[in-house]
Amino acid sequence: MEKKSLWKTITGSREASLVIVLVILCIFIASRNSTFLTLGSIEGLFKNYAVNFVLTCGMMLVLIIGGIDISIGSTLAFSGMTASLILRDFPETSVLVAFLISIAVGCVCGLIIGAIVAFGKVPPIICTLGAMSIYRGLAYLVAKNEWVSASEFSKAYKAFAQSRYLGFGLINNLVVIVIILLVIFYIVMKWTPIGRKVYAVGSNAEAALVSGIKVTKVKVACYTILGALAGLSGAMFTSLYASSQGNMGEGIEMDVIAACVVGGVSLNGGRGSVVGVFLGTLIISIIGKGLPMIGVSQFWQRAIKGLIILLAVIINVLVQRQMDKAALKRREI
Amino acid sequence: MAGKSGRTIIAEEKFSLKKLLVRWETFLVIIFILVNIMNANISDKYMSVPGLFNATNSFLSIAFLTLPMCYILLIGEIDISVGAQVALSAVLLGISFNAGLPMWLAVIVALGVGVVCGFINGIIAIKFTELNPMIITLGTQILFRGIAEMILKDQSTGGFTSVKWFSNLYWGKIGGVVPIMFVIFVICAVIFGVVMHKSTFGRRMYAVGSNKLAAKYSGINVPKMRLTIYTLTGLFCGICAVFASSQMGSARPNVGSGYELDAIGMCVLGGVLTDGGKGNFIGAMISVFLLGLLKYGLGLVNVSSNIMLVVKGALLIFAVMIPHLNLGRFFKKRAVKAA
Repeated sequence: MEKKSLWKTITGSREASLVIVLVILCIFIASRNSTFLTLGSIEGLFKNYAVNFVLTCGMMLVLIIGGIDISIGSTLAFSGMTASLILRDFPETSVLVAFLISIAVGCVCGLIIGAIVAFGKVPPIICTLGAMSIYRGLAYLVAKNEWVSASEFSKAYKAFAQSRYLGFGLINNLVVIVIILLVIFYIVMKWTPIGRKVYAVGSNAEAALVSGIKVTKVKVACYTILGALAGLSGAMFTSLYASSQGNMGEGIEMDVIAACVVGGVSLNGGRGSVVGVFLGTLIISIIGKGLPMIGVSQFWQRAIKGLIILLAVIINVLVQRQMDKAALKRREI
Repeated sequence: MAGKSGRTIIAEEKFSLKKLLVRWETFLVIIFILVNIMNANISDKYMSVPGLFNATNSFLSIAFLTLPMCYILLIGEIDISVGAQVALSAVLLGISFNAGLPMWLAVIVALGVGVVCGFINGIIAIKFTELNPMIITLGTQILFRGIAEMILKDQSTGGFTSVKWFSNLYWGKIGGVVPIMFVIFVICAVIFGVVMHKSTFGRRMYAVGSNKLAAKYSGINVPKMRLTIYTLTGLFCGICAVFASSQMGSARPNVGSGYELDAIGMCVLGGVLTDGGKGNFIGAMISVFLLGLLKYGLGLVNVSSNIMLVVKGALLIFAVMIPHLNLGRFFKKRAVKAA
């Protein structure tokens, strides 16, 4: 096999171009504000955007099988709210139990969506559009329009997001969760039959079916995993902000989808990698965290974010076209 | 060709009662009547001319978005930036009015902003055909609302009520009975319906929605059509912004959040599915009134908005799922027909 030159490997891979964007972004922000690239600031970044990292992992799965889920913000709110209410009414509930409850609720939410999409043959966007308003309504209903404030949480729960006992005193607990998830997803997606099946279903569902993959099962599993991760982020969210409101996580689905797309996941399915998704989320989070640090007004942030998302996807297309052209040229006739 | 392949193409469908009964629209009409009976039971004043017009006025400004949304869904695309376009148009209407422009000019500015926003969506969509319309409008959604936020920060802009004819757009009634907005909506809806079902453009939209590539090879200028429809959507976002501002008398950057979901939901319940090439206009219009009146009725009995969220979502999912369930041959037939 012909060995590729280093230059071609770099220009040919999406991840490499993302790293370049990331480095430029970091240098730009660091040159304006020297506190940006300090250890504490970086940990803060990962801690505050841990929820986004968790959700993008799951969203990547669903996007790869050619689906989409815009209900995760509502699932996050519903499961986080359920866990917080249990913590409020039974203060002796342990942190682990609260997290498990939240994950279980999210799991059920995801399972319902998966079943409707796979067996009911409802287009995912429509199904999750409906689910988005159902779960949001439920989040308000279970809480009876109230919210759980910091004083009503147990101390251990509030401390969980701020302490480092899972990371052996070095890394914040939430960041540990993110790292574990990323490693699991990387291994599963890259080297196991399960990961291959997901890609197969996304590239060509009919071919996958014919070659013996249980397509409906894979689909249900992907939506359920995303639901479970949304449940996990619900618990992380409430623990981090030490409060639980019915409107939490509103609009987070757009950030998550945007991060996936910037990271090179195709909305048509079958394409996307964990590394790319990680870099995409990192870029979106740095924009969110870094812009206020260099004195950009908070009212400008949304517009800048939108512009960057648009530019990223357009550049992605241009790079892809260039790559296709180069591939055609190299082909021997 | 008919003899060779053994197939014949029947140009005219014969009228049959059975066919009429299994149509999706019939189903919608039944629910529609049920909703009206429910509303009439809730309030004595509902089944009167002013009562009905009051009810319709509560949701008609969103209904303007469903007209172009039908077209967008019909050609197999989606636009989730409509809410943000409404916000940007409304904010710029307020800004230009408060900067001293006369109201009619401010209205034109709002419509112009809508057109420009829609044009941007369209031009990105046709220049980068690889991109899924969902992701384009996701980006522009954040961008447009971001610009609205950039202009207005967390303030609001108002004072529209000082211009009498402007507030009359929403609140005014012709002859004291028929709301002006209702008349404008009916005119627009009729034009949209006729274009969709009786014109070449309409047939071409069905063709593009069913198979873009085949449509292209049969000589339809697909990019031009997409650009037109996206721009049209922008224009109607501007119109929606004008009516929403007239109703509220002020504008904020968060105007119209969630409108995209309402508009898409109304179309989909009406049978204009997201796959493209399916559905008809009457169904969408019935579903606009169905959902709007349902919301109004639930509001009358003080059903909390949270339960309404759940009902709305469940209705949407069930509406799309029912044709796929094996509930017997009735629904199977409809599924085949729709495909």
